[in-house]
Amino acid sequence: MSEAGHEPSRAGRIEAEAAAFLERRIAGEAGEEERAALDAWLGQSWAHRSTYLRLDAAWRRTGRLAALRRPTPDIADVPRERRVRAMAAKLAAALAAIAVIGYGAFAYVSRPEDRVYATPVGGHEMIAFADGSHIELSTDTVLRTRMTTRERKVWLEKGEAYFQVRHDASHPFMVIAGNHRVVDLGTKFLVRRDPGRLEVALVEGRVRFEAQHSPSQSALLRPGDVVTATASTMFVTRETKASLARELAWRHETLVFDNMTLADAAAEFNRYNQRKLIIADPAVAEITIVGKFRTRDVEPFARVIRNVLGLKVVAKGDDFVISR
Amino acid sequence: MDDRPQATGEGASLGRAAMNASEVDDWFVREVLPLEAALMQFLHRNWRNKSEIADLRQDIYERLCEAALGARPHNTKAFLFTTARNLLIDRVRGQRIIPIEAAIDWETLNLAIDAPGPERVLMAREELQLLQAALDRLAPRCREAILLKQVEGLSRREIAGRMGIGEETVKMHLANGMRALANILYSDPEDLRRSP
Repeated sequence: MSEAGHEPSRAGRIEAEAAAFLERRIAGEAGEEERAALDAWLGQSWAHRSTYLRLDAAWRRTGRLAALRRPTPDIADVPRERRVRAMAAKLAAALAAIAVIGYGAFAYVSRPEDRVYATPVGGHEMIAFADGSHIELSTDTVLRTRMTTRERKVWLEKGEAYFQVRHDASHPFMVIAGNHRVVDLGTKFLVRRDPGRLEVALVEGRVRFEAQHSPSQSALLRPGDVVTATASTMFVTRETKASLARELAWRHETLVFDNMTLADAAAEFNRYNQRKLIIADPAVAEITIVGKFRTRDVEPFARVIRNVLGLKVVAKGDDFVISR
Repeated sequence: MDDRPQATGEGASLGRAAMNASEVDDWFVREVLPLEAALMQFLHRNWRNKSEIADLRQDIYERLCEAALGARPHNTKAFLFTTARNLLIDRVRGQRIIPIEAAIDWETLNLAIDAPGPERVLMAREELQLLQAALDRLAPRCREAILLKQVEGLSRREIAGRMGIGEETVKMHLANGMRALANILYSDPEDLRRSP
């Protein structure tokens, strides 16, 4: 890369001028005068014009960079001010988002010792327990805990949570989600409950997965196993470490799409954000994408869709409507 | 490698349809730029003075676009390399002392035209890897400015604030970054693929 102001060759000089025009354009300095200047310059020769087109095309291509953001930026890469701000935001979220709803909720089954924890859309919180276990709540999640000297039970009412359980053979740790339960045998695992569908992924250790009312539907899981259960079916698949890591990317405020359809990717974003992505055209729903985004980055994602896939993205109220 | 007339289109009587400027723009970006890596290889192989290559490339593009304005080329690749060859020949003839190294290598010319590949459309994942690698090759401050602009969508002033530098410096980083990215993406993407 050459330093500005010193361009020995004709090509270098023209390219420097083109870059300056392009920089002003993307900076939004596209007033009447600037546009006229650019048009005049472009009209002077095809050397000017092709050079500008080339830089512009490369710049548009790098619009896809939004998809490349790393999940956890190296601390050294992040300016200090931003780090502080991120931490402040996290602290505020921790204070505001984790609503300990308390004794009243779910009174129909609840006992005085029960606690209910909830995160809003976009929320992400960690609960630490005295026994050394941790539960990490993802977006839009509600769970109830009963941690006493006699039992350790967690009801996942909705949403997704990652469990790191300190094993205690005399007090099994049990996660109950609808008609299914997961009994810990020393372990780390992920439970995600969507309407009509439950998914349990075992990262480390062992768990037993059971359908509460039909004991035949039970499985002892090994690390890498993922159970998917609906009201009437259940199947176990094996996942690679990498794909498990993708499922857990939300723990780093990240979404990882690996050959995912646009419809599924939009649904994932919508789990984490109030601003929804609406796919208005079935033809675009099946487009398959690869990429990595921050869970909150609906807008950059929408921008990338527009720039990279060349789709129409229209803001409608708070939402984005995507079509061809 | 001949550029046979196309018997279709409105310009059939002339053999090939003329393009207007914005059609040439579009054609240049879609069909010519993806061939740049092959063109650069050809120029490096056939031109001794490496410091002149950027100028040659620009001159080739200029000639190419001017010609395309008159008639849409039937085969862009053949047209590009023919233009390149003619330009090199003109340059060689224009010199008072003709260096023999500059003799045009017809074989590499034909190879360049027949070689498959570089112009194919990159798949999404490959393209992302390419962009990532391109980004990694920028100077750190330049990369930071580019990311703040392109990913975060910050203004020049916001970038200056974030990076603790002046707006003029931001301008410089962005302009330099654009140029470097164009070179990396179009001139030597092969290097990127070899060294991830």
